[in-house]
Amino acid sequence: MPETLTKFIFGRLTLESLPLHEPIVVATFVVVALGGLAVLGAITYFKLWTYLWREWFTSVDHKKIGIMYMVLGLVMLLRGFSDAIMMRLQQAIAFNGSDGYLNAHHYDQIFTAHGVIMIFFVAMPFVTGLMNFVVPLQIGARDVSFPFLNNFSFWMTVGGAILVMASLFVGEFARTGWLAYPPLSGINYSPDVGVDYYIWALQVAGVGTTLSGINLICTIVKMRAPGMTMMRMPIFTWTSLCTNVLIVASFPVLTAVLTLLALDRYVGTNFFTNDFGGNPMMYVNLIWIWGHPEVYILILPLFGVFSEVTSTFSGKRLFGYTSMVYATVVITILSYLVWLHHFFTMGSGASVNSFFGITTMIISIPTGAKMFNWLFTMYRGRIRFELPMMWTVAFMLTFVVGGMTGVLLAVPPADFVLHNSLFLIAHFHNVIIGGVLFGLFAGIAYWWPKAFGFRLDPFWGKVSFWCWVLGFWFAFMPLYILGLMGVTRRMRVFDDPSLQIWFVIAASGAVLIAAGIAAFLVQIFVSIRKRAELADATGDPWDGRTLEWSTSSPPPAYNFAFTPVIRDNDAWFDMKRAGYRRPLSGFKPIHMPKNTGTGVVLAVFSVALGFGLIWYIWWLAALSFVCLIATAIGHTFNYHRDFDIPAAEVAQTEEARTTLLAAQGARA
Amino acid sequence: MASTAITAGAEPVFHLEEEHAHAEGGSTMLGFWLYLMSDCLIFAMLFAAFGVLGGNYAAGPAPKDLFDLGLVAVNTTMLLLSSITYGFAMLTMDKGRVGATQAWLAVTMLFGLAFLSIELYEFAHMIHEGATPQRSAFLSSFFTLVGTHGLHVTFGIVWMVTLMVQVARYGLIEANRRRLMCLSMFWHFLDVVWIGVFTFVYLMGTLR
Repeated sequence: MPETLTKFIFGRLTLESLPLHEPIVVATFVVVALGGLAVLGAITYFKLWTYLWREWFTSVDHKKIGIMYMVLGLVMLLRGFSDAIMMRLQQAIAFNGSDGYLNAHHYDQIFTAHGVIMIFFVAMPFVTGLMNFVVPLQIGARDVSFPFLNNFSFWMTVGGAILVMASLFVGEFARTGWLAYPPLSGINYSPDVGVDYYIWALQVAGVGTTLSGINLICTIVKMRAPGMTMMRMPIFTWTSLCTNVLIVASFPVLTAVLTLLALDRYVGTNFFTNDFGGNPMMYVNLIWIWGHPEVYILILPLFGVFSEVTSTFSGKRLFGYTSMVYATVVITILSYLVWLHHFFTMGSGASVNSFFGITTMIISIPTGAKMFNWLFTMYRGRIRFELPMMWTVAFMLTFVVGGMTGVLLAVPPADFVLHNSLFLIAHFHNVIIGGVLFGLFAGIAYWWPKAFGFRLDPFWGKVSFWCWVLGFWFAFMPLYILGLMGVTRRMRVFDDPSLQIWFVIAASGAVLIAAGIAAFLVQIFVSIRKRAELADATGDPWDGRTLEWSTSSPPPAYNFAFTPVIRDNDAWFDMKRAGYRRPLSGFKPIHMPKNTGTGVVLAVFSVALGFGLIWYIWWLAALSFVCLIATAIGHTFNYHRDFDIPAAEVAQTEEARTTLLAAQGARA
Repeated sequence: MASTAITAGAEPVFHLEEEHAHAEGGSTMLGFWLYLMSDCLIFAMLFAAFGVLGGNYAAGPAPKDLFDLGLVAVNTTMLLLSSITYGFAMLTMDKGRVGATQAWLAVTMLFGLAFLSIELYEFAHMIHEGATPQRSAFLSSFFTLVGTHGLHVTFGIVWMVTLMVQVARYGLIEANRRRLMCLSMFWHFLDVVWIGVFTFVYLMGTLR
């Protein structure tokens, strides 16, 4: 009887589920637990809980939500990178009969977790955070279309991240690779909780991503300031629009395919099984119909960042604005017509492979057009090599190599040789690090002063820059070579000792990247210490061109005291040129949304629901599902979600800025 | 909108003097439409799965052995009628008649419940005959596609009850009208999806 009772209460969660036999995991847990306790203790000691809850966690302000997304991305970057450097170390030493220091069970979880975390919980939060912070400011809006939904989306993303992190210490993560192909991910070959953690973490986070996509599309379509026609939108807003269209049009596919996989595992259906008429190849097709647009979801906004940075730091209008917009739109459409290049070897036949090979190669045309637009923007510009511009140049040099190896892989016969090899690994790290990550660092350095009112320290920024860029080249060029020699991905031990030197070089590159990450953290720390010295009172430290630089840094809650009227692309540049003067009187009350804790509550119930499903704790799953629905319905009974910021308060805020500007002797 | 940017005199206009209020809920219809399209993609995936797996009977029962087209015709009628009655609810809402709106919503809900009951009866009957979702890939995809539609209808009914309580409490205020409009789009969307299910799963399945 007690046994059935424990089974009822805890499902399949037992003490054996804690990975106490893995010393590395235990040590990690101790470090994370101590670190976590220190952070929680510090928050309690400094009595910050109320402040955090009122001003941040429950905030519906797109700027604060954007910053919270960035923090989430940074924290998860540390986790994802730990996985990376562990793999590099393992592969560098597992030669000459050595088994390395990671057993297969652990190693397989690490490469899966690395991929999942880096895509879903590092790159996605960073990109979404950047869009959230910047887009409403660039289009002259006060917030997004659905501020509560924005908060809810963020907390769902956090919920997914919590589930992935929990898998490190309670149970285990999937050992299937980041896309969890069946039949390996089916219940017969993966009977434990790993794949279930994978499924429910992505489902919870996926809800957040889809809703945030809908939210930002509506914001861009409906909330632009008067005069900002589509073809006057800043390029970053354009790329964000395309990215969010891609999100809305692809994440439901992921939701559907993971649901089918979950049904196979939980209910015993036969979608992707080998028997009873199931078809595992359908999973591969379906998941890549999401997966390929996903890589463009990640890169497009960064193309926007590079456009803004190049134009600002070259002191010129962007070369070929219209072609840049069309190139973005073309990439958006083409990204749906190439998914099969991820599995040319599956046996679709020469005609099908040719079609998808050609569409893949065609994508390099609009991307190449963008590259030339940036080059021509720089041509005869007065280039200032500030940090964001350095990242942009590094991107242009690095990304082109990744693009060319991509075109190489798009040739089906070549792909038959290189498929699943380290060449492929080098290729996609080449475009994701060289494109997405470099772009994020450019964006962070560029918009940081807008978010906090002071610049980032350039010295540590440059240290981080050189470590990252050199580290990338050292870490991944050897993988191209190894891939050409036929080394496949996801290997734990190697027989051929002549390969070892390349893995050692790659590991040294990873150490350089670690130094780059450390220098980035030091940069933030030093900048906060030196914030008075690095302060920018003007709100426009880079001589910017778009609307976000017209308001104060950090911007007030309402962003703009008066709704701006747009007459040209590069609206702020136009305003400065035409002798814009800040209005100093005539302020009106401003209508704004109220903060709410509902998003946090819903996300907590979602995590509990996921946890219950993962461990077969059915009462917990049922209870949290009921609470989830009840809370959601309860929230709709709240009809008073807005308030007015009184005109006096607006006047006071603006007056403070006037004083500040006068003190700096800057242009009022 | 663009005309505000053009000025007659020398002094260009850079901002609006008056508060430029975006109408409350001005983005809701677009946002909900986008949500419906994302939902539509989920159904598209399920239809695709049925298209691929719909013939994989694994030596088990085929549509001919299972589908009772008469029953499905009755069921389809229920759902189509519920769409018409929802339309009447919206017409009375436009006239501001709370009681009539509530009555039509109640009728819609009854049709929805009837649809669900018939579907559950059909499912129970099939499972009783051994045609379970685990039996073959055809049945897995059948139950998932039709069941997902049924879950949507269930969710729509829960939503309808919520809205009826809110209309009873607060009347046909702007926010409630907007919500009824969203549910209306949702309900008709489910009807359209059902047309697809009826055609591709039941009718063409029987021909297969």
